[in-house]
Amino acid sequence: MLPEAKIGIGQQQAERRVPRTVNVGDAGYNALLWCFGGSILLIAGVLVYALWGTSRPAFRAASVLSFITGSNWDPVQESFGALPFIYGTLVTSAIALLVAVPIGIAFAIFLVEMAPSGLRPIVSFPLELLAAIPSVVYGLWGLFVMVPWLREFLEPALAGTLGFLPLFRGPPLGLGYLAGGLILAVMILPTVASISIEVLRTVPSTLREAALALGATRWEAIRLAILPYGRAGMLGAGLLGLGRALGETMAVTMVIGNSPEIHASLFAAGYSLPAVIANEFAEATGTVHTGVLAALALILFGITFLLNSVARLLVRAVTRGSVKAAA
Amino acid sequence: MSSYFGRRLMNLLMTGLCAGAVVLALVPLVSVFWLLFAKGFSALSWSLFTSLPTPVGEAGGGVGNAILGTLLLVGLACLLGLPIGIGTGLFLAERGDGPAGDTVRFVTEVLSGVPSIVIGIVAYGLVVVPMHRFSAIAGAVALALLMVPTLARAAEEMIRLVPSSLREASLALGIPQWKTSIRVVLRTALGGIVTAILLAVSRAAGETAPLLFTSLNNQYWNTRIDQPTASLTVQIFNYAISPYEDWHQKAWASALVLLLFVSLMNLTSRFLARSPLRGA
Repeated sequence: MLPEAKIGIGQQQAERRVPRTVNVGDAGYNALLWCFGGSILLIAGVLVYALWGTSRPAFRAASVLSFITGSNWDPVQESFGALPFIYGTLVTSAIALLVAVPIGIAFAIFLVEMAPSGLRPIVSFPLELLAAIPSVVYGLWGLFVMVPWLREFLEPALAGTLGFLPLFRGPPLGLGYLAGGLILAVMILPTVASISIEVLRTVPSTLREAALALGATRWEAIRLAILPYGRAGMLGAGLLGLGRALGETMAVTMVIGNSPEIHASLFAAGYSLPAVIANEFAEATGTVHTGVLAALALILFGITFLLNSVARLLVRAVTRGSVKAAA
Repeated sequence: MSSYFGRRLMNLLMTGLCAGAVVLALVPLVSVFWLLFAKGFSALSWSLFTSLPTPVGEAGGGVGNAILGTLLLVGLACLLGLPIGIGTGLFLAERGDGPAGDTVRFVTEVLSGVPSIVIGIVAYGLVVVPMHRFSAIAGAVALALLMVPTLARAAEEMIRLVPSSLREASLALGIPQWKTSIRVVLRTALGGIVTAILLAVSRAAGETAPLLFTSLNNQYWNTRIDQPTASLTVQIFNYAISPYEDWHQKAWASALVLLLFVSLMNLTSRFLARSPLRGA
């Protein structure tokens, strides 16, 4: 297999005795592999093409700007303002990140840095299960367990203590932005935690040991040596979580309340981009309505594409850099 | 806080907080399982698996057609998605060390982050629009599109775990590359790839969003791929958002069935991943 090995004294005789043949099987196999590799690029191309093709009627009917900044959604009158959905998606994702990122990173820190090694498999399996629960099951749980709990306990409690903020005013409905955000937090937690674990594992143990040898407590070693090293990777974990939160559909659809309005209060019913697609697409009337919903999907695709690209590059930079440092 | 006692206290506090985060993270998991068993178990019955859905108020009935529909959709998706997914994984592992491989890997990663609802729109544009009809095959295309990227990355990882000494030994025996790749490398990685397949299947079985406007729903038994098809997840969704207590019961029971299926897949894959079947 090594071409250099042939260069030698007996090279010419060897070539005469054993004629070089192209193995037909190898050539075919090589071609097949390249076809498989190319198929992914083809799929990506087809994906963008199909999205663009389905959403084109929307861009013919109205300008992108009026579409994104309009807040009146009335399919019957063909008035399509997507702002309430964009707002709802941003608000619920922000709540999800605020809740899930600290908990996810703390989870990872505990598992990698603090817990006795015997505890790790016992805790990491539930994390996998948490990631495996289907979205619609989370939605069912959210609708019948979390929403009543929010209505009876958390929302009245928040209104009582932080009610001076406009965020926590209004009647505690249960269904709304807060419910959507919290269910998203539950759903992106496994993503954030498992990538943080991956990042923490790549921190060279010399860093940890050096800090401990200087007399740092375990927490000081984490804060001063380990977290700064893994910061970019953690940011990547958060962004990947955000990417998941933005596109998550079923659970949010079931608990956000599905009302195309903008409210300052987190207790109020709202709507999100994926939720409106899920609810209206199958029954969309006319090509413009269908097109507008597909255009929303295109926006969603664009945002998650950007986020995921950045996040992957960050995580990759951290995990690769550490490999180099360790080598 | 710079006193020794203060620093120790801080250490203890943060350890406690992190442990608390673990407990807090696991609360939803325990709660989901507990409630599904508590509420779904009593509604489990044979007719749930064997009967068609009944109208509100009519006793009995089940989601048999939805279970069959999910099996049909996932089976079709596997037919479409497994060869491409595993093939791409093979490409990435065998020819992926260059700019072309990096590009394919990057695109695969980005594709795996595309929201499932967006994939649903894609399948709608690709299959439903030309066919002028919602159909099982449209749903299967959506699920296959979701399977391919994750499967490709997992397969690549598993194939890369195969020690190069195995490959070299085979090549040294004069076996051509393609045969080495398929009969030695791929076979050694088979256990790991089966794990990846199980995870992909369990993920596909739990998808709802891309099915809402591709395979739609169906009140009757259906095995034709050009017809709308019920699926367990869409059925759970419809039952859950309905105002009827009887349907809520069925939603819990169906969700329990789905959850048990998904957990079983995950447990099996975990068991396989530990067994010596896995490469390396």
